[in-house]
Amino acid sequence: MIATLLRLAALFGFLSMLAVGGGAGIIPDMQRAVVDRYQWMSATQFLDMFAISRAAPGPGSLIVVLIGLKVAGLLGAAVSFLAMFAPSCLAVHAIARTWHNAARSRWRPVLERALGPVAVGLTFASGLALMRGTEHEWTAWTVTGVSTLLFSFTEINPVVLLIAGGSIMLLIG
Amino acid sequence: MSFGGGLAAWTRREVVQRRGWLDDPQFLSGYALSQLIPGATNVNLAVFIGTLMRGASGAVAAFAGLTALPVAIILAAGALYLHAQSNSAMAWLSGILGGMGAVAIGLSLGTGVRLARRNLRGVVPFAITAVVTTAIGILGLPLIQVLLVMLPVSLFAAWALPRR
Repeated sequence: MIATLLRLAALFGFLSMLAVGGGAGIIPDMQRAVVDRYQWMSATQFLDMFAISRAAPGPGSLIVVLIGLKVAGLLGAAVSFLAMFAPSCLAVHAIARTWHNAARSRWRPVLERALGPVAVGLTFASGLALMRGTEHEWTAWTVTGVSTLLFSFTEINPVVLLIAGGSIMLLIG
Repeated sequence: MSFGGGLAAWTRREVVQRRGWLDDPQFLSGYALSQLIPGATNVNLAVFIGTLMRGASGAVAAFAGLTALPVAIILAAGALYLHAQSNSAMAWLSGILGGMGAVAIGLSLGTGVRLARRNLRGVVPFAITAVVTTAIGILGLPLIQVLLVMLPVSLFAAWALPRR
């Protein structure tokens, strides 16, 4: 039990420091660790949890609470939550008061522009990795394709899309 | 209670325009910091605002205020999900979750398209995005290796290339 909690803390604490550009980029590594390395769940269960975390309010990184809950109960959920959020929150808290002066330096726009293309790539990669990890049949491909297009080019609410996708697959699956 | 983004614009309206807790330059620099520091942007932003207003207790209050309800909801959803897996309700639940999972993947790809249209100008940023996408999404390389190579490359490109 203690060993599992330590593993959760180490995994999510490490990933939290790599969560540049909002946090979607750590999903492929998280999937590999949770599904392949520790075999805590199947790839399908991981995708289930990813979908639940997208449908629920709050940041998508709350998926770590679901993983912790499955692996080690409420204590696992608490440890995972703290490991995921404490490092970045402490960093922001430490820098917040002095940041305003640093923010005017000429490095800030360079940093922001540098992060952009990397963050975009990480976002695409997380979608691709989830697709590779699970068996995607033609119906699922279609749902993924249509929702990609709708979310790219319209202002449709993501939760509406999630509910629609779930209903469609329930009816035809 | 924020579903899938758009929280920053709402936060700005509340914090800057309606309540006057921060001025606009403060808010914008805080938003930039929240994006630069790893982790969920909205959570970082809440901690930033809380810190400027009330120090450590403000940061804790802002963090708790933003996350308490979502954590409770996701715990309830997770408990239902784990319970359903151990009985017959899973048959139809797996259909629904399969569809939601397929959509969730589409949301990631669609977010990528949205971000690309807003952020990518020119060949070099496009190439950096393509390399990161391929390395992690297709070749399955570990994130840390890709970041250690591509963040310096992207920094150099942003510094060396003229702004478009």
